[in-house]
Amino acid sequence: MDQSVVIEHPELLAALRRVLPAGALLTMAEDTQPYECDGLTLIRQRPMAVALPVTEGQVAEVLHLCRAFGVPVVPRGAGTGLAGSALPHAGGVLLSLARFNRILAVDGPARTATVQPGVRNLAISEAAAPLGMYYAPDPSSQIACTIGGNVAENSGGVHCLKYGLTLHNVLRVRGYTMAGEAVEFGGLALDAPGLDLLPLVIGSEGMLAVTTEVTVRLVPKPQLARCIMASFADVADAGDAVAALIGAGIIPAGLEMMDQAATRLVEPFANAGYDLDAAAVLLCESDGTPEEVDDEILRMTDVLRGARATRIQVSRDEAERLLFWAGRKNAFPAAGRAAPAYYCTDGTIPRKHIGTMLRSIQDMERRYGLACPNVFHAGDGNLHPLVLFDDADPDSVARAEAFGAEILEESVRLGGTVTGEHGVGMEKLNQMCSQFDEPSLAAFRGVKRAFDPDGLLNPGKVVPTLHRCAEYGRMRVKAGNLPFPELPRF
Amino acid sequence: MDVFVAQCIDRVREAAARGSALRIRGGGTKDFYGNLPVGERLDTRPYAGIVSYDPSELVVTVRAGTPLAELESLLASQGQMLAFEPPHFGAGATVGGCVAAGLAGPRRASSGTTHGSVRDFLLGASLLDGRARVLRFGGTVMKNVAGYDVTRALAASMGFLGLILEVSLKVLPRPRAERTLRFEFDEFAALARLNAWAGEPLPLSASCWEAGVLHLRLAGAMPAVDAAARRLGGEAADAQAAEGFWRAMREQESAFFSGGAPLWRFALPSTAQPLGLEGGSCIEWGGAQRWQRTDLAADVLRTRAASLGGHATLFRGGARESGVFTPLSPALLAIHHRLKDEFDPARVFNPGRLVPGL
Ligand SMILES: Cc1cc2nc3c(=O)[nH]c(=O)nc-3n(C[C@H](O)[C@H](O)[C@H](O)COP(=O)(O)OP(=O)(O)OC[C@H]3O[C@@H](n4cnc5c(N)ncnc54)[C@H](O)[C@@H]3O)c2cc1C
Repeated sequence: MDQSVVIEHPELLAALRRVLPAGALLTMAEDTQPYECDGLTLIRQRPMAVALPVTEGQVAEVLHLCRAFGVPVVPRGAGTGLAGSALPHAGGVLLSLARFNRILAVDGPARTATVQPGVRNLAISEAAAPLGMYYAPDPSSQIACTIGGNVAENSGGVHCLKYGLTLHNVLRVRGYTMAGEAVEFGGLALDAPGLDLLPLVIGSEGMLAVTTEVTVRLVPKPQLARCIMASFADVADAGDAVAALIGAGIIPAGLEMMDQAATRLVEPFANAGYDLDAAAVLLCESDGTPEEVDDEILRMTDVLRGARATRIQVSRDEAERLLFWAGRKNAFPAAGRAAPAYYCTDGTIPRKHIGTMLRSIQDMERRYGLACPNVFHAGDGNLHPLVLFDDADPDSVARAEAFGAEILEESVRLGGTVTGEHGVGMEKLNQMCSQFDEPSLAAFRGVKRAFDPDGLLNPGKVVPTLHRCAEYGRMRVKAGNLPFPELPRF
Repeated sequence: MDVFVAQCIDRVREAAARGSALRIRGGGTKDFYGNLPVGERLDTRPYAGIVSYDPSELVVTVRAGTPLAELESLLASQGQMLAFEPPHFGAGATVGGCVAAGLAGPRRASSGTTHGSVRDFLLGASLLDGRARVLRFGGTVMKNVAGYDVTRALAASMGFLGLILEVSLKVLPRPRAERTLRFEFDEFAALARLNAWAGEPLPLSASCWEAGVLHLRLAGAMPAVDAAARRLGGEAADAQAAEGFWRAMREQESAFFSGGAPLWRFALPSTAQPLGLEGGSCIEWGGAQRWQRTDLAADVLRTRAASLGGHATLFRGGARESGVFTPLSPALLAIHHRLKDEFDPARVFNPGRLVPGL
């Protein structure tokens, strides 16, 4: 894509300038450039303009005008998304919700917080802390990412195995359709009349409505949390241990895995004391009342021993627990230091296939000539392979992209999905053709039309066109790497 | 293709061509619920059976016509359960009906691991829509954000988008220990207590207040249940009696539900003040679900519910033909209209059952 081509629309810009406050419309290349990509830096495009409204009325006006002129709108939070969901359109308006950054209410007795979409994830928990509560979904990017972005991606975090995803922790979303009409999904009660549209809007990657207000539930902070760090001599053993824990009826507060390449990558950075000789390390957390945690840690330890853990260490205090997590939470920055660039994919597979998947990835490392440390939400089977590459070398970039794509295809083949929490965006459009059949993709297009009949809100993301899938199918058959092409893909 | 599915496809095509309607029905245990059913009956029960169950994956995939009781006993044999504790409302309840009605039982508002609505535990589904397309959404893994989450919109959809053929549900381990406590509180005190307790890290799994008595169920690891029981006080109920009590609540078999007046369900913020209507309420879900038997007019009740931040549904009895659910805002109604046009343009499936006229 030629990034320099930006389509101009002077009439629209003049109209937008009339409805937006001074300084809230950016059109100069140097001002719009910071918005040219999100966390997926492989794809960039400057927008025609960036609008930074501060009121709902202005959001409605921007949408209204863009629709009248037939100009696409791409909403954006903090731009930490990893799938290119917030990639601008050359001829479009990027609608930044960054200035919607107020916490409107924290209701202790009702255990809810109502916030504007530009509020950062962590800021909600900070505001709730004096009440002994917090907002449970904790993406590793929580210092920076916004709740509007979380809603759009249905983001998860290391604690969502026990506490749920964004979807399970959001009660109400207020927003605007592309027609500039206010609409509320969900509500302050536990359900709302009509179809439950909240799950359609959550995870819709900004394609169905622009979120302007979110009510989240807050949960009481557990009295205590302790974390077990367990080493394994083989990645397959670690995978089996995950299944054994769940099979024993335990739902850990967090259950994360790092392979040896990952622990070696992060240790110099985090000094977490990871066992660098282990093929894989599991972090397994228990939280609750002190009695509950003591009981659960004992049961977890038993199961992990039975599953051939070679070393087990239980955090003695909060500082040590945080240290155990420090490495895991800093895996991405560590990858960023170890190589010129890294590419993180997001497939999710049934837990029982973790070992198979990790072996396939090892094989791909050899074939593509790129290293790929693995950190992931093992309890959910959600993988985050970090393909390390050199973004200055076009061949390295191409191999990284092909590597990532193959991991996604393998996720589908193992009965999983191409994305557990980062979204499809631009990145995984091709693999959507493998995961879904054409009628189901057509139904997604129908959902899109029902919310946005003109197809102007963040168009071109998530759902591939029929044409694209046909191209992708041809390409793959020619490359001869489609296993069992005759089987239906789900 | 499966014979049943092939037959259904033919029936959908025929109905669409003739402009007639199909009324999806499992065991008929929820015939009473929703707007009046119309159309020729489409019985889902021939399409039954567990497709796959892997306890260590916490997922079960079942066909919609499978008896709910059969699914629950299979899960129980592996120490697992449906975390939303669905009401059956009769012996013949099917999994498809359970999902389509989207009704959850006492565990709905529990703390911790479970956020207990049917929707929260739906992972994947296949659907035969009004265009006679067999569609597949979601999957069997815990986290999946590929495409719009149509799967979860099927919970409580009352057949609006089509015939649910198969669902994958996340299941949970049964709690290792349960205990029910009994307290005497008036309605204000009960609501205040329930909301205060829900803000503390306590293993609450159900609550019910009626006529001055609050029942509270704790569930979790034995030490956590013991510690919470010590902390909360109250009077411990006999385990067997407690089980019967919660089953009766779930199935609406207690005396409160046996009266003759129409039964209304209020979904409200848990902190909403008492409804203050004659006859008194029965309060569940920590204050978020309230039942009321009353002959008062629908608009009076709906206005009251709205003023408290929620909505009211005519659950059983009464003037069903005037619409049991709270009417939608124009913006939402427009979206429903267009969704129906996309999935069921000829209005084959369950017309009007969820949204009058659609
Ligand atoms: C280092 C790092 C670690 C990460 N860790 C995790 C993790 O652990 N778990 C996880 O799930 N994700 C993770 N992410 C991904 C990312 O942080 C999440 O997807 C996050 O929710 C994006 O939020 P954002 O505010 O940056 O949104 P953006 O990137 O700005 O936008 C994301 C999408 O949301 C839409 N959007 C944003 N705001 C609105 C709005 N108000 N209305 C409508 N649509 C809107 C955009 O159009 C776009 O489609 C990580 C990213 C990084 C860089």
